[in-house]
Formats: sequence, structure tokens, C-alpha cells
Amino acid sequence: MLSLILILIAATFFSGIIIRTKSLASGRKGPGIFQPVSDVIRLFRKGVVYSKTTSFIFRIAPTIYFASIIMAMLTIPFGQNKGIISFDGDFIFFAYVLALGKFFSIIGALDTGSSFEGMGASREALYSMFAEPAFFILMGSLALLSGHTSFYQIFAALHLGSQISYALAILATFVLLMIAMIESSRMPIDDPKTHLELTMIHEVMILDNSGFDLGLILTAGYLKFAIYGALIVNLFIGSIPLQYSVPSFFAIQFLLAVSIGLIESFMARFRMSHNPQFIVALTSVSLLIFFAVLLILEKFI
Amino acid sequence: MSYLTIINNQSVSVQDIPELSYSSFAEHNGGLICSNPENHCVNYFGYKVNDRLKLICCIADDILHKIYVSSSLVSLTDNLESLTPRHFSFEKFEREIHENFGVNFEGHPWLKPVRYAFNRADTSKTIANYPFFSIESEELHEVAVGPIHAGIIEPGHFRFICNGEQILHLEIQLGYQHRGIEQLFLKKKGLLQRATLAECITGDTVVGHSVAFAHVWESLSGFRADRETEFARTIALELERIAIHTGDLSALCTDIAYQLGSSVFGRLRTPIINFMQEWGGNRLSKGLIRPEQNQFPFTQQLANRLAEVLDVFEPEFKEMYQHLSHLPSALSRFERTGVVSEADVRAIGTVGIAARMSGVMRDVRASHPYSLYGEIVHKPIVKHHGDVYSRVQIRKEEVLQSIGYLRELLKNVREVNQNAEPLTKQQANMFSISLVEGWRGEICHCAITDESGQLMHYKIKDPSFHNWLALALAVRNNEISDFPICNKSFNLSYAGHDL
Repeated sequence: MLSLILILIAATFFSGIIIRTKSLASGRKGPGIFQPVSDVIRLFRKGVVYSKTTSFIFRIAPTIYFASIIMAMLTIPFGQNKGIISFDGDFIFFAYVLALGKFFSIIGALDTGSSFEGMGASREALYSMFAEPAFFILMGSLALLSGHTSFYQIFAALHLGSQISYALAILATFVLLMIAMIESSRMPIDDPKTHLELTMIHEVMILDNSGFDLGLILTAGYLKFAIYGALIVNLFIGSIPLQYSVPSFFAIQFLLAVSIGLIESFMARFRMSHNPQFIVALTSVSLLIFFAVLLILEKFI
Repeated sequence: MSYLTIINNQSVSVQDIPELSYSSFAEHNGGLICSNPENHCVNYFGYKVNDRLKLICCIADDILHKIYVSSSLVSLTDNLESLTPRHFSFEKFEREIHENFGVNFEGHPWLKPVRYAFNRADTSKTIANYPFFSIESEELHEVAVGPIHAGIIEPGHFRFICNGEQILHLEIQLGYQHRGIEQLFLKKKGLLQRATLAECITGDTVVGHSVAFAHVWESLSGFRADRETEFARTIALELERIAIHTGDLSALCTDIAYQLGSSVFGRLRTPIINFMQEWGGNRLSKGLIRPEQNQFPFTQQLANRLAEVLDVFEPEFKEMYQHLSHLPSALSRFERTGVVSEADVRAIGTVGIAARMSGVMRDVRASHPYSLYGEIVHKPIVKHHGDVYSRVQIRKEEVLQSIGYLRELLKNVREVNQNAEPLTKQQANMFSISLVEGWRGEICHCAITDESGQLMHYKIKDPSFHNWLALALAVRNNEISDFPICNKSFNLSYAGHDL
């Protein structure tokens, strides 16, 4: 329950901080931190316009996408506190419930019949497919190290063993951060600010969504960031008492948002054909973690 | 003689232009272009003379600084042998003549409509039934973009044929911006009206087109603008180049999602256009250039202000470009993207940046000097790779070069001569041509007067006319997601093409 509340709070300011950082880095004042939340509230009050070429898929897709994010969010623990849903193998449930949501957002985009949205959908499918091995090798290694298969037990047991696990946690942070960037369609994979349909990935898929549906999709996006942020925080706070871990949760979320803002300000987006290379390279970082775990457990040589 | 040799901004009597039979006209002009790669066709158009069609072709020789003009009188029902098989650069001109007058060119690959002029020969051809090229295949898909775009740009339709993410073919269909500018030039009799029209040909080349119009007009009236007037025009042309190039660099950074470059170059454009406001009262330089007068003399006071502006601008521009050119993620987007080979550039007959990017030295400032460019001795900046990065580099180097020229010019600001020469009337039956290097490339205006000295025909060629095809070739075999930066690196005008 605690993790749910913390993630919801983090989601309210995460995107706002990214936007604010980018504004400040380019010499502008920028909107308030809570502007994205007000935007979503405004969208929730609006009706929805559906194109005549779409079927019921397009209407249910945003809701299923949003629901899948909520489901995934419920599995996240916080330190010694279980998530609302917790069972053996829940990290697999986490990955595939997110994939289910993504599947619906992809077929929802295809349902519009627009050539742009088709392209965006194919790109999104390809990149999430490449990102999947990185996540599973990472979580599998951590499961192997801790001897448990649920998020709560893995994270609770992670730092009881040795100090080396902190080194692994730092590598894992990098992998999770990059997966978060890919899944949330941020730079350097995708440019969320662009107006050019031909270069978009995620944005182009939701071109036809409006009003309430768009609000759901945007909210899901904000939550997704906070979820991955919470996973990263969990890598470190295992056994730390609550009075320290809660402030450090917000501090780490804040730092993540600022670093994403800075990355987006000072570099250009990758060429589309370089994206798969970059994403597959993440898997190799996960493999490093895997081999390190094998070494620690003395299963390797 | 089969042609008349003139120089830039010269007026000649229409009777002096040799009138050839079409076969020798084709033989001669095709020969001129094919024999020497430094020759290119600056304008080729037709106008009606008593139910017959008079064709006028102007070939520029960049080495000898001459323009060869020849003409031919043909019947509207004639089947003419197309010049396109000899040299591809005639393709667009022939399409235009065919669209306006219905003359058939035999051997032309595909006489598609160009811009749907209101007075076109065949009004059954409309924008809705444009004949697109298509490929039948299960593997390929078509992507249609426009005419309404996501950004605040002009309307134009792009039809891509793609194999996955790769572009096999791009067809660009324009004509949405057609306003009948050339006809309006004849209809609006006032000089002020015409000067304003010239400013509206394309909103980003206000100075370039109004200088071209001023030169054509003054040449027709036998008026020679004094040095101070030409001085002001030269400064305005270079300032426009600096402002638009800097804005383009900003837009290119936006398209690769490089926020720092986008905002810094965007900000740097502002002091330059603000200076235009101080000088002529308009940030886009409207109203600054007028034929036969120096509306806003460039005073010593303005010169001091401009020197201050440039002193602040130059180091900041260099610093930002230094960052951009050392950023691996930016270079990976720019380099080897949107390449056009030199052979293609020569075949299409592109002008301006779109020619100089691939090693073709085509710059009116050097080859057909006007205003004060004879004194400056301009050295065109030429790159050889033909990719987006070449176009970026040309922009940066031209900005710095223009700053150098401005500094040189500012050393010698003269008192303005208040006793302007009295206006003279336009001479009758004259033909006049003016070439100006706008920031985008070569602008060509041609005018013909009738017996009473009134304008009878006005022909405008914006650099975008040919350069659009270069964009279509540049994106072939590139990823479709790189189309926006290719497009922005050319930054062509829709209005200038559609007239």
C-alpha cells in the first residue's frame, strides 16, 4: 500500500520536473511542475472524438492500456513493505501485464488505418521486443542471487548478502533507467517534443486519441515513469528504515527526472536505425550482471 | 547569330533576340547546356503572341558571366521535340509550358501538372486527380503526408513509397499555394503594388525577390541606381542570408531533437531581424527595397549599430556551432543523410545551396555580379558530400562570410545622395532579365514590355523551382524518419514554387 501511494505522488511531479529541467537548460522559465497533471485533469473533463474508420478496439485500447499500468503498479513493493499483489514469479506478471497494455495500444493504433500510426506501432513493437531480454536477464539474475522469485522477496533479500550487490544495483539502475526511457518513449530513442509524425514512435500512435482517452494514456505514461523509478529505488533501500527510505525515494525520483531532463537538453535523438543496436546493447549489460551473479554464487568456474 | 549575348540586369529590344525555328532553337539550347557543364538554364518560358507561342530561353554561362538569349515562335498545336532527353534540367520548364499552353513535348517522360495555374490550358486536370507514380507490390507501403502538416509550414503533398522504414521513392506534389503572382504583376499597374507583390513571392526571401524586381524594373526604365542604393541592397541581402541561415540551423537542431542548438540559434536570429526593424521598420524587411529609390538610406548611425550587433552575434554563433559540430549524436544524424550526387545536381540543374553542397560552384554573386558584388569579389563556399551536414556547413560558413562582407562594407559608408535622378518611362518592346543570389539560391526575374511600354509578360523563377526534385532524390534509400531533417536542410519554398 505504501508503494502505491508513493508512486502516485511521484507520478504527479515526475514529468513536470523533466519539462522544467529542459526549460531551464534552454534559458526559459518553463511551466509549473504540476502542469502535466492539470493538463490531464483538463482532458478528463472533455469528451472523446472517434474517427469513423475505427472499431471497438480503438475505444477499449486506452482503458486496457491504463488498467495494465495500474495492475503492474500494484506489484511493486517498497523496501520491507509488500506490494498489494505479491506472489512467486510476480516480476514475470509485471512484464507481461505491461506487454498486454502495449499490445492493445499497438492494435488500437493500427485500428485507425493511418499509415503514420502503423509505422509508429511497428517501431514501438520492435523496440519493446528488443528491451524485453534485458529486463528478464536482469530480474532473473537478481532472482538467482537472492533465491526468491517475487519482487518483494528479491528486493528484501538483495542487500543481506554482500556489499558487491550494491555494485550490481548500480548496473541494474542503468539498465532499468534505459528501459524506462525506451518504454516511456523518451530521448535518445524517441523525441516526445517533436511535431514531425514521420520521426515519432509513441506520440504518433496516439494521434487519433482525444479527450478522456488521451488523458488515460498520458496518465499511464506518468505512472510508468514513477513505476520504473520505484523499481530503481527498491534496488537500494532494502533494509533501510522508513524514515530514511521515504525521503530517499523522492530524492532518487527527483534525480532521475533531472537527469532525463538534462539528457534531453544536451544531446540529439539517435538515428532510427541505431536504436535497435542501442537497445540490444542493454541486454549485454544485463548479461554482465548475470555473470557477476554466477561468480558470486560460485556456479561459474 | 543564333543567340543574343547579354549580361545580368541588361535590357534588350525584343526584336534583337534571334527568332529561330523550333528545331534549331532546340538544337542550339540543348547544345549550349550539354557542351559546357558551367552553363545552366536560368529561365525558359513562353508567352502568347497573336495565337502563337513565343518561347524564350535564357542560358547562363557562369565562366564568361554572360547570358545567352534565344527565342522561337511555335504554333500551339505543334508537336515539339522535347529537350528533356538531352538534358534533364529542361524537364520542369517544359512541364510548365505544357501546363500553361497545352503544347505537347514529344519525348518528355511525363508531362505532369506543375502548379495548376488558374489560366492553364487543360482545366480538367485538377489537384484532386494528380497522376501519382505508384509501384504494385505486397511488400511496399505508401505514406501520404500533407498538404496540411503538423508544423506551421506551407501546404504541399508528399507521397512516399517505402519498404519498411526505407524510402524507395518520394513524389512531391505542389500547387496549393498558387496565387497567380505573375498575372497580378500585369494587372496591378502601380509601381508600389508591384514592389509589394515582389515581396510576397516568398515570405522568407523578401529582400532577394524585391531586389530582383527592382533591378528588372530599373533596367527597363534605363535607370541606374546610385552606389548608395546598391550599397543598402547588398547589406540587406547579406543580412537576410545571415538571419535565415541561422534560423535554419535552429530548425535543423529542433528536428534532431537537440534542444540547446534549437534555442540558441533561434535566439541568435532575433538580433539580426530586430536590426532590420530598426532600419526599415519591419523585421521581415518588407518595404525596405523599392525600385528607383533608396527608401531607407543606410546611414553611418545604422552602420555603427550593425557593427555592435555583429560583434555580439559572431562569437556566440561560433561558440554554438562549435558545440553542434562536436556533438556525436548530432553528427550521426547529419552525416551521410540525404545525399545527392554531383551528377544528379547537374542533371536537375539545382541552384544555390542545393548545388554548392555537391561540388557545383553555382553562385550568382560570383558568376553574374550585381549590386556591389563586383567589388566584393565573392568566393562561393562549396562542399562535396551532398549530405545534410554539407548543407549545414555551407550555412555556417556563409553566415561567417556574410559577416566578413558586412564588416568590409561598413568601413566605407557614404553620405546619401539626396538628388536622385528623375524617373524615366519604361521603354517599349524590351526584354529584361535579372539574376539575384537569394539566401536559397539563384532568383531569376524576366520582364517583357509591349509597344506602349507596359508590362506584357512577367516571369519569376524561384530557386525552389528546380531544387524540390533534389529533395525527392536526396531522401531515396534513407529512413523515412530522416525525411524531416532532409527537408529542413533544403528548406525550400512552397509559395516560391507555386507563385
